[in-house]
Amino acid sequence: MSNEATLHSQQEVMHGAHDHHDHEHHHEDSFISKYVFSMDHKMIAKQFLITGIVWAIIGAFFSVLFRLQLGFPDATFPWLESILGHWAKGGRISAEAYYALVTMHGTILVFFVLTAGLSGTFSNLLIPLQVGARDMASPFMNCLSYWFFFLASLVMMASLFVQTGPASGGWTMYPPLSALGDASIGSKIGVDLWLTSMALFVVSQLLGGLNYISTLLNMRTKGMAMTKMPLTIWSFFFTAVLGVLSFPVLLSGFILLLMDRHAGTSFYLSDIFIAGKALANEGGSAILYQHLFWFLGHPEVYIIILPAMGMVSEVLAVSSRKPIFGYLAMIGSLFAICILAFLVWAHHMFVTGLNPFLGAFFVLLTLLIAVPSAIKVFNWITTIWKGNINFTPASLFSIGFVSTFISGGLTGIWLGNSSIDIHLHDTMFVIAHFHIVMGVSAFFGMFAGIYHWFPKMYGRFMNNTIGYIHFWVTMIGAYLIFWPMHYEGMAGMPRRYYDVSGWASFKQFGGLNEFITIVVILVFAVQLLFVFNFFYSIFKGRKMTNQNPWNATTLEWTTPIHAGHGNWPGEIPEVYRWAYDYSKDGRDFIPQTEPIGPNESAH
Amino acid sequence: MDTAVTAKKKWWAGGYSPFNVSYGKLMMWYFLMSDAFTFGALLIAYGTIRFSSPSWPDPNEVFKSFPGMGHANLPLMFVSLMTFILIMSSVTMVLAVHAGHMRDKKAVAKWLMWTIVGGIAFLSCQAWEWTHLFHEGAWWGRNPFANVDGTQASTNFTNFFFTITGFHGLHVTSGVILNIVILANVLKGTYEHRGHYEMVEKVGLYWHFVDLVWVFVFTCFYLL
Repeated sequence: MSNEATLHSQQEVMHGAHDHHDHEHHHEDSFISKYVFSMDHKMIAKQFLITGIVWAIIGAFFSVLFRLQLGFPDATFPWLESILGHWAKGGRISAEAYYALVTMHGTILVFFVLTAGLSGTFSNLLIPLQVGARDMASPFMNCLSYWFFFLASLVMMASLFVQTGPASGGWTMYPPLSALGDASIGSKIGVDLWLTSMALFVVSQLLGGLNYISTLLNMRTKGMAMTKMPLTIWSFFFTAVLGVLSFPVLLSGFILLLMDRHAGTSFYLSDIFIAGKALANEGGSAILYQHLFWFLGHPEVYIIILPAMGMVSEVLAVSSRKPIFGYLAMIGSLFAICILAFLVWAHHMFVTGLNPFLGAFFVLLTLLIAVPSAIKVFNWITTIWKGNINFTPASLFSIGFVSTFISGGLTGIWLGNSSIDIHLHDTMFVIAHFHIVMGVSAFFGMFAGIYHWFPKMYGRFMNNTIGYIHFWVTMIGAYLIFWPMHYEGMAGMPRRYYDVSGWASFKQFGGLNEFITIVVILVFAVQLLFVFNFFYSIFKGRKMTNQNPWNATTLEWTTPIHAGHGNWPGEIPEVYRWAYDYSKDGRDFIPQTEPIGPNESAH
Repeated sequence: MDTAVTAKKKWWAGGYSPFNVSYGKLMMWYFLMSDAFTFGALLIAYGTIRFSSPSWPDPNEVFKSFPGMGHANLPLMFVSLMTFILIMSSVTMVLAVHAGHMRDKKAVAKWLMWTIVGGIAFLSCQAWEWTHLFHEGAWWGRNPFANVDGTQASTNFTNFFFTITGFHGLHVTSGVILNIVILANVLKGTYEHRGHYEMVEKVGLYWHFVDLVWVFVFTCFYLL
């Protein structure tokens, strides 16, 4: 079906019995159809983004709370009792509350912020705009995708307020702990709500992912060959494929877990004692859940990082006024990462009783990921090499991304070795590794995307000064927070522990832990400054006067400043060249819509 | 638009679908791949647990009843009938899709009708089998059947059986509902007005997929 036909049928859904439409004819949208149940991909992107921001504030605030416990295990903070009630009696977070906070921090950040908030926002915003489509293939499914995410959010939010608290067995929700309500207070209704919310989340991801894939395969404008697409689109493509193929496996795992909780089955349970009493469950395997979980869990980290990689590639090329270095190698490495993503899951399970012989293969495949990752890193560095870089907040965050991706990625090579992992698993070293390589990096990619495409979203600019403050404090803060954790981890300091001050060997880190906590608070405050900047700029930011403020080649900047539903007022522009003609033949940039001239050099 | 259709048409160059399919069909294919992973995960989980168990009940002993036949020993007869019904419903679905290509509204309605009947018949058979097993004492968390070597079996035989056939049954149910919706649209003339019966093809893809999954479920639980 052509793009025109799609938009027509979509408008019929919205407005009922109109027979004929013209794109330039604007409808009076009601508040509900414009801002709430919107079917415009640009509005849905903003919905994902703002919901993601709300979740990010909550999730990050949780980390501040449990960092208080880790940094100041003996101190009391009376204000904690006023916000957490009996979870923080006497101003000290209880062990149960600590585990709940850690679990929710992981769940919220991994799924609700860095999956839905990141790829949900930018796949929606950029796929139709950059491939030259009027909207997603199915705007209705797109709308549903957001509202399933919203429902998932509501259920997860509700779980924070039930009497026994939210799920608290860690964001991986390993059985048997999560399967047995009697095992811990955090395994009661909180886990049911968690599983329900995540099932809704999987539905949302599926609806979104199917849409992203079919839009960018089927609805590219004339001339937009796959190899002419910006790297953002390639990264969203692989992200969506990863999601569509790995989330269902997680869903299967959850179905079995829910059965174990409520139908008396023993899929994951065998030989268990609770409070000295033997349970009847027999024949199941807790490791089975881990396999099912990590079959999603590992692709999930690429679902988080690939969109960031795509946006960073785009922003770096635009801001250094140079074509991306190794465009095809970039696509090839994305593809390689996408394939390998499905073949390395058991490196999360080296010490859980996995056959060491099997482990050897997972080590090999895991270390192979270093190859495409290194290709990408060298290509980014070569792209900005000798470039005439505009140090906008977006480009700073992109460069920051490359930095954190390198330093976090290198420790991945350590952890990917099953023998080193015996020492390092479940220590703060792991925390340091994945927070830098996928937490901070993905956030940097997201910030780069927000600063770069904010004008496209709202027709205004974000404040640059606050942007610079935001970048430098976050960049330096992130390293100050996570770098010391490597040392703690190498010394054997375990993650997830409520209080390590009882061990003589970890007592030496008391001061370091205090320091980390103080930096966490500082960095959190700066993120609030960013949020202020974001919302303030929506209404009061400097207005965009030029359709193409960054002098970029891609299609989204050929739309009007305030593009209506349908994106282009007239015909969709045709594309003649790739997205990276910067500094070519003496010209600063050549838009994709410009035909190739007779004497033009090849790129 | 793309008037100059030549043999050298560049399918991937933008402006049209590289696979020459509508976005809806493309989505359906990707959805089916996704759903294949859901079932794949469940069946692999089943295999994992089964292979790590010392022994397992014999399907010929468990599934040997037939409605109205009392205690006659008819191993796998009933499930063979169920499978036959489901496969026949796939045949009628093929005929419905074919009739759609011919723009033969009456034939589409007729074959869709038979597909729905087949689906409902399959679900009824499944309902009978589940009830029968339930009365024999089998359910989630309860397994009356001994292992083939005579030892007591864990409950995971029934756990997996009810979970996976139930999940498949849920897919058949949603397939039947989709078929009914599409049939209603056919009768209303929606697709005649639209000029093509692609929706029939799309639910057809889903229906064949559900059948194909049954072949695997059938193999794993009844034959192996």
